[in-house]
Amino acid sequence: MSNEQDYLKNIAEIRSMMERSSKFLSLSGWAGIMAGFYSLAGAWIAYSYFGFDPDEISYSSPELTKVIALALGILVTALVTAIYFSWSKANKKGEKIWNSTSRRLLASMAVPLAVGGILIILLLMKGLIGLVLPLMLIFYGLALYNAGNYTIKEVKIMGFIQLILGLISSWYVEYGLLLWASGFGLVHLIYGIYMYFRYER
Amino acid sequence: MKLSFDDLHKAFESRVRLGIMSALAVNDQLDFSALKEFLGVTDGNLATHIKKLEKEDFIGVEKSFIDNKPNTKYYMTPEGKKAFNDYLNLMEQIIKSQK
Repeated sequence: MSNEQDYLKNIAEIRSMMERSSKFLSLSGWAGIMAGFYSLAGAWIAYSYFGFDPDEISYSSPELTKVIALALGILVTALVTAIYFSWSKANKKGEKIWNSTSRRLLASMAVPLAVGGILIILLLMKGLIGLVLPLMLIFYGLALYNAGNYTIKEVKIMGFIQLILGLISSWYVEYGLLLWASGFGLVHLIYGIYMYFRYER
Repeated sequence: MKLSFDDLHKAFESRVRLGIMSALAVNDQLDFSALKEFLGVTDGNLATHIKKLEKEDFIGVEKSFIDNKPNTKYYMTPEGKKAFNDYLNLMEQIIKSQK
């Protein structure tokens, strides 16, 4: 152990260990692609079958219960998909999906998501439906922005974009569904495809 | 205490020990199983290297119980941080001088 090659190898190993032990790197691009599809499909179903398209803050829809059920369905499906792809990616690398890095990643998202979730339930109960879609974007964006510290940095950028879309959508409430579909649909889709080509091929 | 070139060499010559120190440099603390997963080594092998680093006072141990199961967490001591930095600087110098 005395030549330059050895030291360079050492440094590469140190760097890789610092990265692997502090960041969860088993997120899969496919999870983003699929979440994008589910969201686009969901937004389309809500719009064309349930006539759901909030145009002002206090908006009411006769099919609101069905829209909520649809949204929960998308959430669960997207989560299951993301867990499945992360699990298979971690497995391939001989790592566990539930480890210190994934715990930290989830903990960093938990507070914004929980607060956002509760706030959205309260808004639904008050009939302020028009604010629900923008706030979903904002709180999800905050969660991603935080999570970006504990996984690849692209997640932080994605969070930032969701935040901007959420703010725009809070002002232009009548474009809520379109902006929601852009954030949860298109942005996920683009992120997923980018991730796939950048890290997985 | 100033560590000599040879001391630093000896402390970090093993890939496992270097790995433990790198992981603890960016994590406040890690438990045994987390270290084992990152390094991909056996229990016995990891324990030996941890003991060595402990003896040098480079890492500290914090024992506690979670649900009545013993849980051992490791962290880097200020001495360990300094030694690790010194080692990085040393490598940097050597690489520079050979250019």
